[in-house]
Amino acid sequence: MTTPAPIKPELVCPAGTPAALRAAVDAGAENVYCGYQNATNARNFAGLNFTPDEMAQSIRYAHERGSKVLITLNTFPPAGKVDLWTDMADLSARLGADACIVADIAVADHIRRHHPQMRIHLSVQAAASSPEAIAWYVREFDVKRVVLPRIMTVSEIRGLVDEIPCEVETFIFGNHGLMVEGRCSLTAYVTGQSTNMDGACSPAACVAYEQQDDGSLATRLSGVMIDRFAAQETAGYPTICKGRYLAEARDGGYYAFEEPVSLNAATMLPELIRAGVHAFKIEGRQRSRAYVKKVVAAFREAVDTVMAGDEPKLADLVALTEGQKHTEGALKSKTWR
Amino acid sequence: MTTSQTDHPAADGARGPLPLLPPPPLFLLRPLLARIVRKVAARNPGMFARLGPHAGEHFLIDPVDMPFMLHLRPDPDALDFRAVGRRGAAPPHVARISGTFLNLFTLMDSEQDGDALFFSRDLVVTGDTEAVVCLRNALDDVEEPIAHTVAAMFGPPGRLALDLMRSAADTRRRREEAQP
Repeated sequence: MTTPAPIKPELVCPAGTPAALRAAVDAGAENVYCGYQNATNARNFAGLNFTPDEMAQSIRYAHERGSKVLITLNTFPPAGKVDLWTDMADLSARLGADACIVADIAVADHIRRHHPQMRIHLSVQAAASSPEAIAWYVREFDVKRVVLPRIMTVSEIRGLVDEIPCEVETFIFGNHGLMVEGRCSLTAYVTGQSTNMDGACSPAACVAYEQQDDGSLATRLSGVMIDRFAAQETAGYPTICKGRYLAEARDGGYYAFEEPVSLNAATMLPELIRAGVHAFKIEGRQRSRAYVKKVVAAFREAVDTVMAGDEPKLADLVALTEGQKHTEGALKSKTWR
Repeated sequence: MTTSQTDHPAADGARGPLPLLPPPPLFLLRPLLARIVRKVAARNPGMFARLGPHAGEHFLIDPVDMPFMLHLRPDPDALDFRAVGRRGAAPPHVARISGTFLNLFTLMDSEQDGDALFFSRDLVVTGDTEAVVCLRNALDDVEEPIAHTVAAMFGPPGRLALDLMRSAADTRRRREEAQP
């Protein structure tokens, strides 16, 4: 019996603007994911995202070049107020989107009933990581792909691929989110706005940077100081989970939840491909088109090289990482810290 | 909110970014900048929508190694982009964006990521963070990078200047990467 040839994974790349979408497509993305300018989108940040007209033009641009567009409807509607989410799903179907990335079962149910031709991808926000949970989503809503939380080792992913009846997508670069995804309420605790329902983790309106005379930089979220970077120290995003706090067990400021560091699974691509992963996701819809162009191009070359049976020459992406540090995270070991 | 002009690690406001090109005097810059902002706005009328309620705000862009700063009001009905001297009080502004001239140039050339510059502390943002994020997103979504548009306005000399600045930015980047 021969081992089946590995599947060539698709690159799933971020776009916060039409220019970023074009950059991703031009750099070789098979899939681009993006969202609308409202709470249906977990990157509902000021000045970002797509109007319906921009989405229509962007889908056309992608399709003309053989790429697919996946729409992020990956937040949770408040109880009884699902209309905005179903309206955006209807709009996405009219515009010819290739899939919707969904977290909430009411949204998934609406798409399944009204747009049976539309692929549903289960968002990482649904935090489904067991065979039983994923199989339930597939059975009930005909989910075609699941985006796995960033807490699983390659070995666990390999085992899961064999047990579930849908495609698997894993993050390979960008934010290193180790919270129970879709359940984190840290930002809501401080800002009153919910990552999971309003789509805004640390909204910019609540963020303030204070440059001190000694060259240090203090970061505040809704007035609460969450970190202070020394003059020569690299900085991270202004999120509660990446803040430094005084804790009894430690001397001085301590990264109690996570450190400002990015996931970079570049060295693990061969192992992930052998594990049967169908799609590799790059995080960063809030980033510039320069980021999109560089990261997508680097991973395009790396995946193609691995599939050709060669050793990939990995571009140095550390300058683009949070805190200018990167890690293979839980993919390599649960004891990564 | 305003901050002092010495709040960026590279600030001295005296050196030019390129050894061969001294900073131009303010009286020459003012009509040039007015022409540039009108051209960029005419080519990208959709960019103002991304600014939302911040289109009428005043921004201070501080190339810390130049003897002047740039004042921007990205209001489509009252565009204002001018150089201001460092002597005296800075004009009123809601936010200040500080970095070396070459770093600010690479952002306008769509070759550099603003978040990456923030992580490395090469870009300093103070004041209204949301206004800055909206401005960043608006400028990043233009059809053609702004540096290209500006270079094309001046024909072959403009394109030569663009090449020179790219070369200077590349040289500096390689030098920084070579440092341990």
